[in-house]
Amino acid sequence: MTRLTTEEIRIGVIGAVVVALVALLPFFDNGFYLSLTVNIMLYAALCTAWTLFSGPTHYVSLATAAFFGIGTYAVGLGIDHLPFPVLVGVGAVAAALLAGIVGAATLRISGVYFVVFTLGLAELVRQLVSWSQSKFTGRMGLYVFTDIREMHILWMLLALTVVVFLTGWLINRSRLGFAMEIIGNDETVAKHSGIDTARAKILLFMISGAFIGIAGAIMAPRYAYIQPPSAFNPMISFLVVIMALLGGTKRLWGPLVGVIPFTILMDIVSSRFPNHTYIVMGIAFLAIVYLLPNGVTGRLEQLRERLRHRQPKPEAVSEEKPA
Amino acid sequence: MSTPALTVNAARKQFGGLVAVNDVDFEVREGELLGLIGPNGSGKTTMLNLISGALKPTAGEIRLGAERISGKSPHEIAQKGVARTFQLVRVLPSMSAERNVMAGAVFGHARLWGDEARDVARDLLARVGLEKRAHLPVSALTYIDQKRIELARALASNPKLLLLDEWLAGLNPSELQIGISLIEELGNEGRTIIMVEHVMDAIRALCDRCVVMNTGHKIAEGEVGAVLSDPEVMRAYLGDDEDA
Ligand SMILES: Nc1ncnc2c1ncn2[C@@H]1O[C@H](COP(=O)(O)OP(=O)(O)OP(=O)(O)O)[C@@H](O)[C@H]1O
Ligand SMILES: [Mg+2]
Repeated sequence: MTRLTTEEIRIGVIGAVVVALVALLPFFDNGFYLSLTVNIMLYAALCTAWTLFSGPTHYVSLATAAFFGIGTYAVGLGIDHLPFPVLVGVGAVAAALLAGIVGAATLRISGVYFVVFTLGLAELVRQLVSWSQSKFTGRMGLYVFTDIREMHILWMLLALTVVVFLTGWLINRSRLGFAMEIIGNDETVAKHSGIDTARAKILLFMISGAFIGIAGAIMAPRYAYIQPPSAFNPMISFLVVIMALLGGTKRLWGPLVGVIPFTILMDIVSSRFPNHTYIVMGIAFLAIVYLLPNGVTGRLEQLRERLRHRQPKPEAVSEEKPA
Repeated sequence: MSTPALTVNAARKQFGGLVAVNDVDFEVREGELLGLIGPNGSGKTTMLNLISGALKPTAGEIRLGAERISGKSPHEIAQKGVARTFQLVRVLPSMSAERNVMAGAVFGHARLWGDEARDVARDLLARVGLEKRAHLPVSALTYIDQKRIELARALASNPKLLLLDEWLAGLNPSELQIGISLIEELGNEGRTIIMVEHVMDAIRALCDRCVVMNTGHKIAEGEVGAVLSDPEVMRAYLGDDEDA
């Protein structure tokens, strides 16, 4: 449990190369491709953070917009008083606290109620923010003026995604990761083996929520003018679910396979056919659920398994070797 | 006399109108192998569920050593030192045999981690005769092997009290012999065990004492031979036939 496997080293090297290439992009393009890559990085960060929790627990959270908006608002409210990095931290903590409260209230109940509750929560938070903003400030939004530019946002989102991956990898090697694996297999066995299942799930939901809050905070300077409908846009929650499910949530890198094509697709749809985004999302969602219930990566794994069974290698059957 | 390992004091569990465990009292002494027997539906599994925290008693008290455990959640009770197997075997299907057993070592009473947990798991797999299958996914194992995994997982937490719910059920005669000698070894090592069992030969061979339940009540308790020849116990098993 302490040494790195060759598989891990290979993934690490590939990951480092990809990260370096993305980080160099702003030196080659500052227009369309940079902006598209920022969108892709945003959803890469959001989807992996979402999968951190929803992958092992199979709970579908639609609270992404709530955590994201809280991060955005932390920056919007504080940018005139505190340095940006501090506000990112505030956003993370606030989102984690909200996740903790929601988790404590709902993670003991079944998955269906959890979906509905998280959707309702995101809406409630948005309404609360709208209401208090118009009541106390009399304005509809907040200005965020910084010297943070598109490329800085790209680098921050890239760094965030790397941190999410490292966190996921560390969790997998920790007691929490082992607990989640057991819970995913049989929750009754987990409890009777001594695992506080509610606490484990809440902790994971808080970690995931904190990362989503950070993503929201990083994006605040890009919006320049923040309003509840855009910061707490429920589209974010749905897009994250669709992309993560398209890619597959069994592995932490699974969602990336969905994020890249789908962000590009949504980019084309929203610029050419702006009135049809919801239809495309709806169709995509149905198609994924019916055709690819385990996502693209799940499907590929299935095919690989099937190929392996068709041509069994002689050494694969010798079960006497403990390896 | 020293404090019993487990004290069950007027434990009661009601499901709507049905009283599945009706004010049952008994004690388990340190190092004792206690049999819990009774006809189908008499409340044995429910009694184990009350002890392990899967169900909360409607009334009554259960103490592990001097400490009250009734009302606590299953994970707290497991950490305090109660481990169990399930009547319908429950393994962690996507995980290897070794990781199944490590689950008990890591999160249960012993709370080990890393190599320590792995060593305990390997030792126990060897002990239940599965060392060669340590790296197979347990879904590929036979029924008896899955039962062995469950026992090893429970033992991995080094429990103060081990609850076995019909662990010998469904084994063929030769497997039964292996199973009985395995439990006998545990008893000789001084483990405190409650075993629910329908296999009377096993109860006779293994237990010092037994408790008999019928329709939620405790109807007899004591030395195995005496209890099994008690007319009320024979009536419970054979129906209301007086001459049984
Ligand atoms: N969760 C539950 N809800 C309602 N009734 C239950 C529940 N669990 C058990 N019962 C009922 O309580 C009674 C005792 O069941 P229990 O499983 O404890 O019996 P048992 O002695 O273990 O039987 P067996 O030897 O068949 O395993 C039965 O009538 C059963 O139907
Ligand atoms: Mg039973």
